[in-house]
Amino acid sequence: MATGDTAGEAHVEVRDLTMAYGSFVLMRDLNFTVRRGDVFIIMGGSGCGKSTLLRHMIGLKEPARGEVLYGGESFTAAPPGRREQMVRNFGVMYQSGALWTSMTLAENVALPLEQYTDLSKREVRDIVAYKLALVGLSGFEDFYPADISGGMNKRAGLARAMALDPEILFFDEPSAGLDPLSAKRLDDLILHLAESLGSTVVVVTHELASIFAIGTNSVFLDVESRTMAASGDPGQLRDRSPREDVRLFLNRGVADGKSFPNGAPAATNGGDRGDRDRPAGPPDR
Amino acid sequence: MDRQGTAHLAAERAGDRLRVTLGGAWDIRHPRPGIDGVLSQLSAATPPARVEFESSGLGKFDSTLISCLLQLARGASERGVEFDFASLPEGVDDLLEMALAVPEKRDASGGVTEVSFFSRVGSASLAMVDGLFDLFSFIGECLFAFGRLFTGRARFRRRDMWVTMQECGAEALPIVSLINLLIGMILAFVGSQQLGSMGANLFVANLVALAMTREMASIMTGIIMSGRTGAAFAAQLGSMKTNQEIDALRTFGFSAVDFLVLPRMLALIVMMPLLTIYASVVGMVGGLLVGMLTGLTFQQYFDQTMRALDFTSCAIGVGKSIVFGVIIAAAGCLRGMQCGNSSSAVGTAATAAVVTAITAIIAADCLFAVLLSILGI
Ligand SMILES: Nc1ncnc2c1ncn2[C@@H]1O[C@H](COP(=O)(O)OP(=O)(O)OP(=O)(O)O)[C@@H](O)[C@H]1O
Ligand SMILES: [Mg+2]
Repeated sequence: MATGDTAGEAHVEVRDLTMAYGSFVLMRDLNFTVRRGDVFIIMGGSGCGKSTLLRHMIGLKEPARGEVLYGGESFTAAPPGRREQMVRNFGVMYQSGALWTSMTLAENVALPLEQYTDLSKREVRDIVAYKLALVGLSGFEDFYPADISGGMNKRAGLARAMALDPEILFFDEPSAGLDPLSAKRLDDLILHLAESLGSTVVVVTHELASIFAIGTNSVFLDVESRTMAASGDPGQLRDRSPREDVRLFLNRGVADGKSFPNGAPAATNGGDRGDRDRPAGPPDR
Repeated sequence: MDRQGTAHLAAERAGDRLRVTLGGAWDIRHPRPGIDGVLSQLSAATPPARVEFESSGLGKFDSTLISCLLQLARGASERGVEFDFASLPEGVDDLLEMALAVPEKRDASGGVTEVSFFSRVGSASLAMVDGLFDLFSFIGECLFAFGRLFTGRARFRRRDMWVTMQECGAEALPIVSLINLLIGMILAFVGSQQLGSMGANLFVANLVALAMTREMASIMTGIIMSGRTGAAFAAQLGSMKTNQEIDALRTFGFSAVDFLVLPRMLALIVMMPLLTIYASVVGMVGGLLVGMLTGLTFQQYFDQTMRALDFTSCAIGVGKSIVFGVIIAAAGCLRGMQCGNSSSAVGTAATAAVVTAITAIIAADCLFAVLLSILGI
């Protein structure tokens, strides 16, 4: 399971996690480790439970079995007060943005700063302006979430997630619904942030370009067997995974490799694209 | 065969094969044949081994043909009959295979299954227990939140509280005035009919003053605020839940109860007594109007009212209104937080909040009446 990674100790560990909605078991026996500084990709076919896994990792849903650990400490078993403290190191960007609609963009980003730091009003305003500028939303401080586009909501959600410079950032499909250029920019931004802040990043995505461009480690959820099919560096999984369905998924850009058993729609040479998009960064990341 | 004619489908048994002839133009805007005949042939006593198609007479087709064939293919595979995709025209078999590629989801929850009376009773009781559990844990969380408030550790935006106070205070004045004026007038009319016949018309002032301060002002204001503010709270929190805004609060380490429930509850705890005092005054003005219509003078009515008013009944009214304020805010917020994830759930939550709040207000008022009469106040 371990790949060429050498960087960092374990940041998040998921142990024997079973996820269920009532009696409907979605995934069982998930085991993987996210190391400090990783850009960790959660991938798999649509509807296989990626968002649900993310909700388990950030404590919005309780595991049916198993636990999630942060820095060796159990998050699942932590008492509510301790959990609240642990959660403050998280930054979460939701699939739809989930901005607080009764507040302006500036207020959205400012709220965690006001509540958790003793910065002056002026300092808060400067930081807010900076974070919004980072995601390309300068000048939109006083807009309400309903008055900007979906993609802009998403980016504002990113600015809010970064407000407290969290140790670990979670993204649910950051680039879905963005035009290719904005998606690329967002990928770059995520990479840049992870490097400069030393944050760990956990991303749910099925955009192949993103997977190869930013991912250093990954887990692949398989909807058929209801458990994880593979984990490791996405580039290596694409070339060397023993599982055919994983290679198929990573080579073709079809969300669910099984939808087209005869290989009808997509050409089979999509694999080159990933290599081209891959940054010439240090290979040990 | 006519390729433009009406769609038709015929099945004919040839040995161990079932030969299905497709023909005509399949169009969603025109009638098309049913497939029950073919399905019944599939489940005949000696079922065919194979289904084949003859489609030389097939004209234009759209999704109606594919959905028809999909039913046939599912039926065939259920009965273990081979389905000959190759004999279907180009295009049809591709679409059909695509539709069949992902197996039907059967194991997931949400399927409709026949349930017995007893299991329905059982699950209804379990749901009731869950509801009670929700209620008590909500009350517990609110108590903790107030604990944090008094020790200065509760996190919420003061601005939210001021805005809510304005919404449920100043902006509610017109409707509160109207309703309580009318209530005061009604009380006075009823009272003067009875008391006037005994020549005690002046005591209408006592009736109105006591009834308004002790009962009517707080109850009527409570009911108005349930419909106005309780429903609004439920809708606000419900849509925040649907939009994952409450999740976002939680993943920032904010307690949703501190952040959303406390400011609303505080706003109502402050505004309900003020509104109730105002409502009592308005009700007495209504009584005065009717009293003057029935021959009393302003001075007479005013003096009599002042003699009738006492501190106890005013305090009872105000005390009740605080309790009602807590009930309205709690019902609105609880129903909002329990809201499901759809826009219709938001509406349901708002309705449920009003029903819960009014029921709880009347029940609490009844409890007050019993307690006060036992205590002899
Ligand atoms: N509240 C719920 N109750 C019951 N089942 C649910 C609920 N939410 C999701 N599911 C089921 O869980 C499965 C996984 O949902 P999830 O949102 O995690 O998928 P996903 O992998 O994020 O998909 P996508 O890539 O489309 O976002 C779905 O098949 C859905 O049927
Ligand atoms: Mg999802």
